[in-house]
Amino acid sequence: MSKVEREVTIKKKTGLHARPATEFVQLAQKFTSSIYITVNDKKADAKSIIKVLSLGATEGSKLRIAAEGPDAEEAVRELAVFLETA
Amino acid sequence: MFKGIAASPGIATGRVYIYRKREPVIHREHIAAVQVPAEEERLDEAVRLSKIQLEDLRDKVAQELGASEASIFEAHLMMLDDPAFVPEIKDTIRQELIKAEHALFKVVERYVQTFNAIEDEYLKGRAADLKDIGERLAGNLLGMAGNTLEDLPEDAVILAVDLAPSDTARLDKSRCRAFVTEMGSRTSHTAIMARSMEIPAVVGIAGITGKAEDGDKIIVDGDAGLVWLNPDPATLKLYRRKQHEYRQLRQELQGLKDLPAETSCGGRRVELSANIGTPEDCTAALANGADGVGLFRTEFLYIDRDHLPGEEEQLKAYTAAAMAMAPRPVIIRTLDIGGDKRLPYLHLPEEMNPFLGVRGIRLCLERPDIFKTQLRAILRAGISGNVRIMYPMIADVSEIRAANALLAEAKRELADEGISCADQLPVGIMIETPAAALTADLLAKEVDFFSIGSNDLIQYTMAADRMNERLYRLHELLHPAVLKLIKHIIDAAHRAGKWVGMCGEMAGSEEAAPLLLGMGLDEFSMSAASIPRIKKIIRSLSYAQAADIAREALALPAADSIRALTSKVLQQVDEYRA
Repeated sequence: MSKVEREVTIKKKTGLHARPATEFVQLAQKFTSSIYITVNDKKADAKSIIKVLSLGATEGSKLRIAAEGPDAEEAVRELAVFLETA
Repeated sequence: MFKGIAASPGIATGRVYIYRKREPVIHREHIAAVQVPAEEERLDEAVRLSKIQLEDLRDKVAQELGASEASIFEAHLMMLDDPAFVPEIKDTIRQELIKAEHALFKVVERYVQTFNAIEDEYLKGRAADLKDIGERLAGNLLGMAGNTLEDLPEDAVILAVDLAPSDTARLDKSRCRAFVTEMGSRTSHTAIMARSMEIPAVVGIAGITGKAEDGDKIIVDGDAGLVWLNPDPATLKLYRRKQHEYRQLRQELQGLKDLPAETSCGGRRVELSANIGTPEDCTAALANGADGVGLFRTEFLYIDRDHLPGEEEQLKAYTAAAMAMAPRPVIIRTLDIGGDKRLPYLHLPEEMNPFLGVRGIRLCLERPDIFKTQLRAILRAGISGNVRIMYPMIADVSEIRAANALLAEAKRELADEGISCADQLPVGIMIETPAAALTADLLAKEVDFFSIGSNDLIQYTMAADRMNERLYRLHELLHPAVLKLIKHIIDAAHRAGKWVGMCGEMAGSEEAAPLLLGMGLDEFSMSAASIPRIKKIIRSLSYAQAADIAREALALPAADSIRALTSKVLQQVDEYRA
């Protein structure tokens, strides 16, 4: 089991609020690894829409993605690309 | 037999279907640790049921209204599958030793508070979703799913304390024969809805939902305002005959469909238009021979959802109506929220007197973001037909100027963005405040047309809440004060060379028709179903005759005597009444 972590800055205009939040969660759900994101010391299960929304992460927020599992590397890479795309 | 207010004409027979609002009772007592698995099972079963209901709803709405309307249920389903939501409710049951519905309530409340604490319209919408899903789960947990309006038995006559716009929006229209409610007046939402759906309705029968049971036989007489529960065979037979006569009359009126609304001897031609609530209503408008749409209520785009409609969604709706009616005119009224119509997701402060509060244009000028999105959509729809704009609740010249400034701004923005839109749309206002009525001469200089909103004009003139059944007698469209104001509005507009319509319930009232015609009203906009009857009255009078009746009525001291006068006229006009 590999564990991968990476810090990214959100470039999406609406942050992780509006539709991008749903798309982000749906993307996370494709991976078998467990994935957590942390913003301002608040941690959330990346596969839970209500947890992700509760973070209230806006454009410019620093966000840490941590994944653990067989596809952890891909998961972190794809999710990071998603967040860093405006 | 029960007597209520005749809210929508016609006669229906059917079976009682009682609709009650769901209000789950939360039991807050603690449970023993051994009961935890049973509570978890109850929760799982409620989740399973909720998913089935939501999938059904999603498919039904997707089929009838399209995928974008169904996406709300998709979002609800996603919440139910959320890896945090249901497990967290189970954790709460286990840790706090409380019943499933209590734990559900706590978890929902926690997230609703979290979402609402973040300043973001989208998250407030999600909070509303969570609440909605919580209510559905609670309903299923408590085995009190109750009757809904989404899935009606055949020949359903709906009995309810009151029906809100969000209730009727989900109604299965093909199976609903009539409405009967305990609250309301001729101008309440239920009544207006029933008339636009062309189904009979009687409102204002206190206690009726407690006296009937699901499946009882019922007759609704929307002409006389009578309701019969489990009628005897003789009554049933009488009503079967009346129903037959009513259908014949409808057929006779149908023959007038393609004839103009012109007084006899060709004296004066007026326009008879339809009030619509959705683009689909254009079908009924055209079927009844409408000359146009005199009032397109745009609130349907905003109610029964959790966020504001975007420009594209609005554009689609406005374009659909404009194209359906072209080349006939479609008057789009800008958002009229406030009063009895609220949008929970805007989180507007509670008002002591909502009818005297921030509603109509007042809200739109306070929220130019909302208003401009709508104006842009209307301007863009303007290239697809004969579109006109109308502002509601105007009390003052400054409001017209401020609204027009935003309209100009919207037009400039569209031009800058290279998006095509109508160059010049006629702009009118609703005259529904006494302030606007009294200053009609000043307002007429600022606009292209007026449309008299009689429901509110009467309410504000008589200082009588139109939702209050005890003040029904004051909500009197033939009151001398009302008629004198209307005369004043029409004269002022005509002196300024502008035309005047009316889009309140009064425009479709048979007893008011000869008077409005005689006072010089140019356009009558009403529920589509009323058009043939009004057309028949107008075609059987001469303009001179109508003008005489109006003059005589304006000199009478009370509504009673005015009513006696017009019913005498109507008796001559309409053999049906004799």
